[in-house]
Amino acid sequence: MQTILEPGRTEKNYWHDVWRYRELFQVLAWRDVSVRYKQTAIGAAWAILRPFLTMLIFTFIFSRLAKLPSEGDAPYALMVLAGMLPWTFFASAFSDASNSLVGNASLIEKVYFPRLIIPTAYIVVALVDLLIGFGILGAIMIWYRFSPGWQMLLLPIFVMLVFLASLGPGLWTTVLNVKYRDFRYVIPFILQLGIYVSPVGFSSTIVPEKWRFVYSLNPMVCVIDGFRWCILGGRTQIYLPGLVLGLAVITFLLWQGIRQFRRMEKTLADLI
Amino acid sequence: MPLSLQTASLLRKSHESQLEVAISVKNLFKRYLVGHESVRDGSHNTLRDSVVRHAKNFGRKAADLARGRQIIQGDEVEEFWALKDISFEIKRGDVVGIIGRNGAGKSTLLKILSRVTEPTQGRIEINGRVASLLEVGTGFHPELSGRENIFLNGAILGMTRTEIKKKFDSIVEFADIAKFLDTPVKRYSSGMYVRLAFAVAAHLDPEILIVDEVLAVGDTEFQRKCLGKMETVANEGRTVLFVSHNLQSIERLCARGILMSDGSLLYDGPVSEVCQHYVSSLKTWNSERRLELHPRQGDARARITNLEVVNSDGHPVSSIAAGESILIRIYYFAPKPIWSPSFGLALLTAAGTRILNTVSNDSGKTIECIEGGGAIEVHIRGLTLATGHYLCNLAIANNRGAYCDYLTEVPLVEVVESNKLPKSRVYDQSSGVIFATSQWNLIGH
Repeated sequence: MQTILEPGRTEKNYWHDVWRYRELFQVLAWRDVSVRYKQTAIGAAWAILRPFLTMLIFTFIFSRLAKLPSEGDAPYALMVLAGMLPWTFFASAFSDASNSLVGNASLIEKVYFPRLIIPTAYIVVALVDLLIGFGILGAIMIWYRFSPGWQMLLLPIFVMLVFLASLGPGLWTTVLNVKYRDFRYVIPFILQLGIYVSPVGFSSTIVPEKWRFVYSLNPMVCVIDGFRWCILGGRTQIYLPGLVLGLAVITFLLWQGIRQFRRMEKTLADLI
Repeated sequence: MPLSLQTASLLRKSHESQLEVAISVKNLFKRYLVGHESVRDGSHNTLRDSVVRHAKNFGRKAADLARGRQIIQGDEVEEFWALKDISFEIKRGDVVGIIGRNGAGKSTLLKILSRVTEPTQGRIEINGRVASLLEVGTGFHPELSGRENIFLNGAILGMTRTEIKKKFDSIVEFADIAKFLDTPVKRYSSGMYVRLAFAVAAHLDPEILIVDEVLAVGDTEFQRKCLGKMETVANEGRTVLFVSHNLQSIERLCARGILMSDGSLLYDGPVSEVCQHYVSSLKTWNSERRLELHPRQGDARARITNLEVVNSDGHPVSSIAAGESILIRIYYFAPKPIWSPSFGLALLTAAGTRILNTVSNDSGKTIECIEGGGAIEVHIRGLTLATGHYLCNLAIANNRGAYCDYLTEVPLVEVVESNKLPKSRVYDQSSGVIFATSQWNLIGH
């Protein structure tokens, strides 16, 4: 097995390498999950409380106070929760991935492995939280005696989509964060802005028709709409042009993210 | 058309000899960018100068940002070449030691070979699986238990899960922490931590092993274990690249050495020669010895101020012939009188191995008192030292045996060839430290 090291040489077998290191990927993901919940009093319960409390608050603000309409005849709380799940995934995946390289500086300086594994492992942690979130969803559905439709079966597709939607920007910002540490502060700001701009607390149907297409430039719009469609069982309509645009944006961000990451990867140890 | 037998055999030979090479490094360069703050002397520190300097900085950083380049703090940016035109070849099964002063570029070279960072110029070919130990305990997480960290660290170093499970018991035994396997590592003592970390690393089974000064930590027992393990690995025919400041372990473990200095490769050859080169470049070897700068211990009630090796005429020399006796003059200064002091000298090889030790009380005579400046001579007879550079430890102790002054590894003298040495070959410290006249007689059949 021969390896050649030259400046600027992109590994022809990079992806082969990533596959070879898949066990390390599992170990790192497992490490991040265990560490998150060790030595905490409420531990795993926090993964449940966080989306649950936010759901209550948003339902109160947007439904009771602002009197915004729900989708179809679905309970507002359920609509909010259906939007919260992908958003929470995106928020934690994106912020964890962005800080992942800097946070693992000691590993990067001392050991070789395809660095792509690091941010991707953090995104898997968010997946675990998402699964817990689905548990809450189930509980709330039972509470409202709400039965889902066949659309639920398509949910895994949208889970895959939100995964990719987080990976693209996550890879991009993690690289930027290494070069310019200011990004550490930019990311929470983006997320704070995002939770109000994205249709988490409200339905995207309230956006006026003529702006809906532009609105779909936000990749989370199509993801959240998709989640809602699956969970609320077709009481909502998927805005197809928006979905297509959203997919294009996600693909673009993913491609750019991977490209920037691969470019920067070789000199990471020097910059961290 | 089928190849002729000759061509086929030639091709096969070249392919085989290519496989023989484990690591091939050609014209390797590595550059870092370093920022400096410009010299600010008082007369030019006007507000205008300050503003101009900050504006220039900002302009440069903005340009770098726009071009996607690294931002360097400081007023001026300089290129620093950590490695300059390094070329060497390591065959499969070689055990090579890399030595050099701090800042020579050894760790940078290892980092590049471990693929942690990229070369700036040059080409490296590696045949075989590489495992690098650049640090002990990489990836250890304080919140996880010892057991969990074994799996974590093992995976980081490149072992598969099945491999770790198979070697788990052996690792725990090597580290001797069976009782604490399930406590979080943050509760471990530093000794336990290091033992566990090395235990995992010691069970790597790579074709090429790269080790960077990890033996610097831990107690003697641990260092002995580590060295022993590395010897086993080397004896199994694996390729080993070892960086250390401890010349003794390098000499013990490696057959070949590479000497680096200031980013360049100075010497590549048999390990004892390389050690000699290293030691002779490191220290001063004549009466310009600067003992004031030498690290020392002791309560300083008396100090050794100078050291000379003198010949029969009383003149200081820097070398003596093999087999000659040696006369050493030690100059001291004691601001207040010291009663019943003793002087000690230990003779060491270039690598630091002790050869002999002599103390002023050895002959039975004691010195009554020393005060102010003075000198003491010691004449060592019957020396049969091999050629090479030698160091010494020097000490002055008071009547209770406590050290007033203690210096280690002070350059002493170079022993050069003479007709007393075994004939028709080079007899240096790699042949042995001492020589003896011996007679060989063939007895019948």
